[in-house]
Amino acid sequence: MILCIAEIRHGKLVPTVFELLTAGRKLADALGSPLAAAVVGGPAAAQAAAEAVAARGAERVYVLAHASLEQFLEEAHALALKGLIEKEKPAQVLLSSSALGRSLAPRLAVSLRTGLASDVTEVAVGPDKHMRVTRPAYGGNLVTQLSLTGRPEMATLRPMAYPRLEASGKKGEIIPFAVDPSVFKFKSRFVSFAPEQTSEVDLSSAEKIVSGGRGLGNAQGFELIRKLAQALGAGVGASRATVDAGWIPYRHQVGLTGRTVRPRLYVACGISGQIQHLAGMSASDVIVAINTDPNCPMMKLANYAVQGDLYEIIPAIIAELARVRGDAPHPAGAAA
Amino acid sequence: MSLHIVVCVKHTPSATGGISIDASGKVKTDGLQYAINPFDEYAVEEALRIKERVAGSTVTALSVGPARAEEALRAALALGCDEGVLLSDPSFEGIDSYASAYLLSLAVKKLSASKPVGLALCGKQTNDNESGQVGQALAAWLEWPSAALIKKIPSIDAQKALVERSIEDGVETIELDLPAVLSVVKEINEPRLPSLKGKMASKKAVIPRWGAGDLQADAAVVGAAARVVPLASAPPPARGGGVLIQGASAQEKAAQLVEKLKELKFI
Repeated sequence: MILCIAEIRHGKLVPTVFELLTAGRKLADALGSPLAAAVVGGPAAAQAAAEAVAARGAERVYVLAHASLEQFLEEAHALALKGLIEKEKPAQVLLSSSALGRSLAPRLAVSLRTGLASDVTEVAVGPDKHMRVTRPAYGGNLVTQLSLTGRPEMATLRPMAYPRLEASGKKGEIIPFAVDPSVFKFKSRFVSFAPEQTSEVDLSSAEKIVSGGRGLGNAQGFELIRKLAQALGAGVGASRATVDAGWIPYRHQVGLTGRTVRPRLYVACGISGQIQHLAGMSASDVIVAINTDPNCPMMKLANYAVQGDLYEIIPAIIAELARVRGDAPHPAGAAA
Repeated sequence: MSLHIVVCVKHTPSATGGISIDASGKVKTDGLQYAINPFDEYAVEEALRIKERVAGSTVTALSVGPARAEEALRAALALGCDEGVLLSDPSFEGIDSYASAYLLSLAVKKLSASKPVGLALCGKQTNDNESGQVGQALAAWLEWPSAALIKKIPSIDAQKALVERSIEDGVETIELDLPAVLSVVKEINEPRLPSLKGKMASKKAVIPRWGAGDLQADAAVVGAAARVVPLASAPPPARGGGVLIQGASAQEKAAQLVEKLKELKFI
């Protein structure tokens, strides 16, 4: 059995579980084993999540519901899942390499006395029937293949590495798995959650990202980046230099010391492409670079390189987007 | 009440840009420059700041690695850590995060025999393997509470820590009873530079070396029964040649680009 661990964040199912199910389906088909999922959370949230997951590809969904699991705590979730895994003995366990997954998976792996591959971009089955994974290392300068031989074989999957499994006609079986409240005496407690005061798209699961770099010249430049991001329905990213300069908060930083992203479209504006930035975004499907220097690494890497002053190019793109969508007149003088 | 803080550091290649691989698909290590893992610098700095906040506290730096890893500990001592211990043994070569965390847990227990460790700090990941596992795995071996991706420690004393964790859509506040393990992110502080005095003292410092026997390490955990077996490494596949968007004006270029984005169904 392949077990995909769904993430419930503040009562809501995070859709990365459907990416896990796509990867899990691939393993399940190669091994001829069933595909299962587990949801861990407060009773109401866990039940709702289980219904959603059962409708989209999981043949079985184990529900670990308890009031003390309402918020994520490493010790609580690891202990609950350890009980399930020891009983049901899945051969493979997949989690997302989200903040929660990265916090939980190493603890769970050690408590099961097994190994873990982090942040993998591809899963497969080797000739020895063990799971093989591909993952980047050394700031994206190497791609490494690993074979997992522990029991279970565990991996966290990079968000957006696989498409999300769509609804299937079949509905999976929902199986409540009793968790013993008496064991939940933990030494850590959830205190509060402060959501980000923003309507911006979350970077790590964004399908499109518009990023700004030193070429913006000043903090106000991010207003233009935000406008383009809005026009494209994209998240806002930034290079380390702009974060260090205080132009934009750290949570927007893409790169080795920031976030690793893998959107379908990455638009790099005024980013020359230092290796530590490339490490965080070079796996994007399509890269667009806007820069005055046609020879900088980002322009060389890009699928589409636009040479020019971003303060002229970006407004022109925004105007063109509005025009093709038919909600603005053709800008005067444009010879498209 | 004071705290005994352990900070875990790794000696890693200081630049990952020039990494190359040999014929067998392994990383070529000769000629590489090594330094303290950049992510661990934030853990060291935070340990020193907590030492300053909680009177009478001490900081012990731990590293698992070959003889050269002593340099990472000297760097930590130069910054103000009180002691450094290198966990080194021929049988530790090529171990994974699982076994590294196990060895660190044994060292924490050994240190605790004379002065109980109340807090272990780690960086969020290394810049070489980037597995980001050691902090949480260490907590699991010790059976201590833990929290990763910590961006702020608003309060801490010898019994409790209140911490802020960065997640995708905001910030969670967690309270942990000590002893506990915390993994920190870059946002938490700005690391100091070593003082000249610190540098001089660190050169003379004696760094004990604990091997498998000193730690009473279980060979079955550390040794050959690898759970994660590296097969091969390769440079990432090259991206196809890009296209330079043509056009006499910004408007023309914008129109060309938007046309491409439309073809690709981004619009």
